[in-house]
Amino acid sequence: MAAKNSSGNDVLVEFRDVHFAYGDRPILKGVNLTIPRGKVTAILGPSGTGKTTLLNFIGGRLRPDHGDIIVDGLSVPRLRLKQLYALRRRMGMLFQSGALLTDINVFENIAFPVREHCRLPEPVLRNLVLLKLEMVGLRGARRLMPSELSGGMARRVALARAIVLDPMLVMYDEPFAGLDPISMAVIVKLIGEVNDALSISSVVVTHDVAEAYAIAHYMYLIADGQIIAQGTPEELQASQQVQVRQFMDGLPDGPVPYHYPAVAYEDDLLRGGLD
Amino acid sequence: MKLFALIGGGVIAHISRLGRASVFLYRVFLGGWQIFTRPSLLVHQIYAVGVLTLTIILVAGLFVGMVLSFQGYNTLVDFGAESSLGLMVALSLTRELGPVLAALLFAGRAGSALTAEIGLMKATQQLAGMEMMAVNPIERVVAPRFFAGFFSLTLLATLFTAVGVAGGHFIGVTVLGVDAGVFWSSMQEGVDFHDDIVSGIVKSIVFGFVVTWIAVFEGYDAVPTAEGVSRATTRTVVNASLAVLALDFILTSLMFGDV
Ligand SMILES: Nc1ncnc2c1ncn2[C@@H]1O[C@H](COP(=O)(O)OP(=O)(O)OP(=O)(O)O)[C@@H](O)[C@H]1O
Ligand SMILES: [Mg+2]
Repeated sequence: MAAKNSSGNDVLVEFRDVHFAYGDRPILKGVNLTIPRGKVTAILGPSGTGKTTLLNFIGGRLRPDHGDIIVDGLSVPRLRLKQLYALRRRMGMLFQSGALLTDINVFENIAFPVREHCRLPEPVLRNLVLLKLEMVGLRGARRLMPSELSGGMARRVALARAIVLDPMLVMYDEPFAGLDPISMAVIVKLIGEVNDALSISSVVVTHDVAEAYAIAHYMYLIADGQIIAQGTPEELQASQQVQVRQFMDGLPDGPVPYHYPAVAYEDDLLRGGLD
Repeated sequence: MKLFALIGGGVIAHISRLGRASVFLYRVFLGGWQIFTRPSLLVHQIYAVGVLTLTIILVAGLFVGMVLSFQGYNTLVDFGAESSLGLMVALSLTRELGPVLAALLFAGRAGSALTAEIGLMKATQQLAGMEMMAVNPIERVVAPRFFAGFFSLTLLATLFTAVGVAGGHFIGVTVLGVDAGVFWSSMQEGVDFHDDIVSGIVKSIVFGFVVTWIAVFEGYDAVPTAEGVSRATTRTVVNASLAVLALDFILTSLMFGDV
């Protein structure tokens, strides 16, 4: 399949010392990580640490201030637009919000990337879309409009759309956020199935620790712009590092700060609104 | 000191926005070739934009023509010149009112809708989603809307003029009793194809270009929140209307200034 490598090793994505700031607020401060082929890699971290930002680097929607991102042997920040689009054809991304096209129905949403990129006869296209819909259990919902879907259903439709072109890599941005336990279990099962059945590599960005344990082969923990721990789920579970324990056990404050960066609280109060 | 910084910041922000709008326009033109390979995208948008605006253009054109005829008659009859009524109605419409009013109505109706649509697609990450599906939103979403708007306004302005003349004819001939033959022949003699009709069409092409450019840019550049989109929509209507009026002045003085 497409997942078979062209550069001859089993690393699909590599971040090399990536630095990035929004304005003068640093988000990433030297991130190094590798994402192996054919596995599910989870990236965990508290809200607002730059997990979505990491995915945007892989997709080439942002450029780092310093460092490099290698995807399948290609340096993403250095690609020309055309090459970047060619690379993106081999990736699927599940957005935090689903990002379905709201003016067409479920069927057409999944058919959209196929229609844009391949000239398939209508019956073949139909079979392809129905196959993916069957996989996510929504074949019966194909005539619904996105506004008629629940959050969990929308996420599954978006998943079907992300894998319709059989990509080498699927990125999931917070696939579990805001779902009930049953839908969550469905998504967990689907991510595993997609990874194994289609021999796709998967990156799951999340802050749901239990779900990450359930699906990941390898995990990274990111906080304050840096990777603070990595390893298999078992290794992280056994880790005694304070920051790791804070996040894994869900303690409100600790080395990973609870507060957004600010001046000292007393100073702020004493300034009396002179901002 | 603070005041200078404020003014300077404002000026810089405006200039950089203008720069972004120009780069954006360049990219829309680059993306325009898609339209030749997939004309259905363009046809679909022309239909959407045209249907959106057709009714208001027809109704407004009719009423403007009728009012023009009434007022014109009242003035002309004092000089015994009511035989020139047809000419007056037709000239006002082809040279000025057709292109300008059609563009203003278009900015309010279709321009705001374009901005809101593109802005909402951005706010709900549909544009980002397309990018990640390796579909360029400028080619797929913006360019067809831009060229459709541009093309539709030219047609709509012509329609506005035609309906306006019909409305003027109805009031002038049927209601006020000007002779139909005189009404038409004064028009035929007085309206020059090159000077009047072509200059009217040139105006509507320029207006169509500017109005749709502003509309799609404001949508694409909108702050991706509900408030951001609503602000962008307002800006489209205000900026596009002002641009039409200012450009009309410039074009009129270029075209008719030396008469
Ligand atoms: N367009 C932007 N402009 C400025 N700052 C931004 C922008 N987008 C994100 N940020 C900042 O970058 C930081 C990282 O954002 P990101 O979306 O990557 O976080 P995240 O880890 O995905 O969080 P969450 O788990 O809540 O989705 C946030 O603190 C946010 O304030
Ligand atoms: Mg996020």
